[in-house]
Amino acid sequence: MSARRIFARPARLAAIAPYLWMVLFFLVPFGFVLKISLSQTAIAQPPYTPVFDFTEGRAALAAFAQLSFDNFKLLISDNLYILSYLRSLVVAVTSTLILLLIGYPIAYGMARLPQRWQAVAMMLVIVPFWTSFLIRIYAWINILQHDGLLNQILLALHIVSAPVVWLSTDSAMYLGIVYSYLPFMILPLYATLSKMDASLLEAAGDLGASPLQAFWLVTFPLSLPGVGAGALLCFIPIVGEFVIPDLLAGSNSLMIGQTLWLEFFTNKDWPVASAAAVALLLLLVPPLVLYDRLQRRQLEAGG
Amino acid sequence: MAHTVTRLTRFNMTSLALGLAFLYLPIVILVIYSFNASRLVTVWGGWSLRWYREFFNDRAMLDAAWMSLSVGAVSATLATLLGTLAAVGLARGERFRGRALFSGMLYSPLVMPEVISGLSLLLLFVALNAERGFWTVTIAHTTLTMCFVTVVVQSRLTVLDRSLEEAAMDLGCDPVRAFLLVTLPLIVPAIVAGWMLAFTLSLDDVVIASFTTGPGSATLPIRIYSEVRLGVKPEINAICTLVIALIAVIIVVASFASKLSSARGESAAPL
Amino acid sequence: MRRLSRWRSAASLPPGLDLCGESGLLDVTSGEASAEAAKPLPEPAVSDMPLLRIEGVAKSFGNFRAVDKLSLDIRAGEFFALLGPSGCGKTTLLRMLAGFETPDEGRILLGGNDIAQVLPHERPVNMMFQNYALFPHLSVRDNIAFGLRRAGMARKDIATRVAEMVALVKLEGLEKRKPDQLSGGQRQRVALARSLARRPQVLLLDEPLAALDKKLRESTQGELMELQRRLGTTFIIVTHDQEEAMTMAGRIGVMDAGRLVQVATPRNLYEAPASRWIAEFVGDINLFNGQVAARENGRLTVSTAEAGTLSVSELWPPVTKEVVSVAIRPEKVKLSRRAPASDEGGSHAINRLEGVVSDVNYLGGVTSYRVKLETGAVVRASMANTARLDVDAYLAGQRVVAWFTADDCLVLEQ
Repeated sequence: MSARRIFARPARLAAIAPYLWMVLFFLVPFGFVLKISLSQTAIAQPPYTPVFDFTEGRAALAAFAQLSFDNFKLLISDNLYILSYLRSLVVAVTSTLILLLIGYPIAYGMARLPQRWQAVAMMLVIVPFWTSFLIRIYAWINILQHDGLLNQILLALHIVSAPVVWLSTDSAMYLGIVYSYLPFMILPLYATLSKMDASLLEAAGDLGASPLQAFWLVTFPLSLPGVGAGALLCFIPIVGEFVIPDLLAGSNSLMIGQTLWLEFFTNKDWPVASAAAVALLLLLVPPLVLYDRLQRRQLEAGG
Repeated sequence: MAHTVTRLTRFNMTSLALGLAFLYLPIVILVIYSFNASRLVTVWGGWSLRWYREFFNDRAMLDAAWMSLSVGAVSATLATLLGTLAAVGLARGERFRGRALFSGMLYSPLVMPEVISGLSLLLLFVALNAERGFWTVTIAHTTLTMCFVTVVVQSRLTVLDRSLEEAAMDLGCDPVRAFLLVTLPLIVPAIVAGWMLAFTLSLDDVVIASFTTGPGSATLPIRIYSEVRLGVKPEINAICTLVIALIAVIIVVASFASKLSSARGESAAPL
Repeated sequence: MRRLSRWRSAASLPPGLDLCGESGLLDVTSGEASAEAAKPLPEPAVSDMPLLRIEGVAKSFGNFRAVDKLSLDIRAGEFFALLGPSGCGKTTLLRMLAGFETPDEGRILLGGNDIAQVLPHERPVNMMFQNYALFPHLSVRDNIAFGLRRAGMARKDIATRVAEMVALVKLEGLEKRKPDQLSGGQRQRVALARSLARRPQVLLLDEPLAALDKKLRESTQGELMELQRRLGTTFIIVTHDQEEAMTMAGRIGVMDAGRLVQVATPRNLYEAPASRWIAEFVGDINLFNGQVAARENGRLTVSTAEAGTLSVSELWPPVTKEVVSVAIRPEKVKLSRRAPASDEGGSHAINRLEGVVSDVNYLGGVTSYRVKLETGAVVRASMANTARLDVDAYLAGQRVVAWFTADDCLVLEQ
């Protein structure tokens, strides 16, 4: 037994309450999603059959026979779902790439700042993350709307002759996504870039690499863990994003989060919504596992 | 020659400045417009507090704001308690059975799409036959935000010098007292930061709250969201400005807390 | 023994604490009765019963055997140093004494009771940490009082004891400061005061001076020794710095790969190392491999390839092997222009090695020379610079005779 192990026992006891909480409110609910995704839609309250029964294990087993994969068949057969899946993927991949392109120079600039300014810059990047993201999206609607600031400026400068439609376009949606997720991209990038030893670049320069070569041959490869973390931190939630496309994008093509919302709130089709959630989750399992591993390595190595 | 590689170049400076402008300009514009006397966004009608008055006379909006603040306060407190316990388990529990599941459950909500978390919790509440309203939203928010608290507190615990705890034991503390007398005072800034993060996240959430709340108990973000779908309303500008002001206060307190800890010669708690 | 068991039975009190603050430490310095002496004396121990007995203690981390069946006795009031290269297991051993690690096997007897499984907070042993581990949120006073409060000592007595400790380590006036408002030397003193405040039976010091600069380290060494003499507390220090160990400790235990390879006084360790490894680890030494050619009258004749035939006085216990190394410390090698008469140096057998000075390093107090022999081997010699002007100095390229007596050599098994 070591000092660490003496501490481990009470620490594990401390974890019991949060453990049970997470099992009850995070893990178990997934079981319900799975279960209901295999149920039939019904016009009732709650709007699905068979309803789960905790008390009757045997009844639950009997109910299992009534389960159906119809909802999943629907997902595969109906173009609406397939298209929204594809759109989610496309949007998430595109946004992540844009975020990387914008976030990398910013993080790089931050890491090159003098030490005491780095803390300030870090703070400046974190603050928007604290500010309500709904409000920040709303702020963009203010700017982008038909008679909003952007069109006013463009008209005043005679760049355009008539107001441009910005809202309800994919451009507006991408703008909103990039705007909301930028801190999530910058922070992990900055974390790896700032930890990098400046003398590595000096050594590269000393050995004859031009600054650009030094960047591509030394800085960039070493920052790949940060790139990976930032990309996952953005990609996973963007796939399931609902609010931003709902407020900023047009309504002719939906992301899977919007479809799920629509099925649930408008069509009251809980089983199909659940099936969509299960499908979305399956899509996210590989990046989630990767992300979990990264997070664990970072937090448990004392970073 | 070599030092030019590491120097702050004009490119670095420009990208940094543009990036920050991109992040802040929309918020500044929003705040300015909240004081616009005119109903039309196009027209600047001079400074006015008209929309703030309107908000304070809007019963439904005030109820929603109150609901959000109380959900935020209660869920942030619960989340801080549970999240800190979880962080202690992960940072000090060494290896134990079910650890991978535990950390997986705690880390994945950080990125889990909100529609999934919201839907799954709703289905649980329906199955439990729980009346939806204040408590269901609070539980949902606690579940989400305790994961953030865990990460913040855990990263503080892992960098904390373990010989401090050993010294406490050497001087006669059992592990629990060593934690309470030495570890806990040193991680307070992280715990405070965790509470504030949890509070602001709860104050921000639309999706999970929409799923888990019941009729007649909308949170402020739900109200804002439904108003925004119908278009820009100056009153919303005023409400948003108030929320931003509240969050600004929270940030100042949180950074003060982390400065306090760095003044003690330790690394500042990550926000 | 009886005391330890009494402490154990008083469940609320951690064992080993003399919590009666009425007779202060300052009395101890006056030379006679210690605080313990006022109380019923423990049963007179068997005279050679050590305070601390480590019996066959072993500890592994995974496949790495950090401490390997180690046994050691430490007497009450000793200043003992554990010396060894990094990774030799000395810190693990110390941490087992403190209770931060539990031995896989073996016993640790303190005053006759096995404490191997006793938790750290229940041991009458305190530790001074390498990085001091001062509580950053507590003032100097609260840091020192921390252990006393845990022991449930009365408030008034705590104040008295803290004042004593502050005076002992000369920190008056700094009681209200936080650790980050102190210099490195002051922090070191707070750590010392904090670990001594509970009057442990044994104080463990883990590289206590490693964080100080050289000048401060030397003056602090003296203060630590003085303190230990005044308090009479048993000190066990872990260090990788042999000079530090030699300066402070009464006995040194040298560790290598989890084992104690020699326990000796500093002088014996240096002058009579038990093995080649120790001879090379502690200080500088010339080694010549050879074979025993003759043995008579306590004198060995060893023929070496590098330095010809050498005459060595035999030590006890005698070397049994035929293949040996002859070892000679550089400061015992003398240089002269001509060969000395055979009875010079007070010994009849003198080893003479002729060669050419190849290197001269002036180090201030001493000058070290490298003399290249005809065989190609190099002999190192160091000579004190007893005169300010360099009348005695030799120059590189000069032909010299390096000589040493049979008594100054050691013969070691290879």
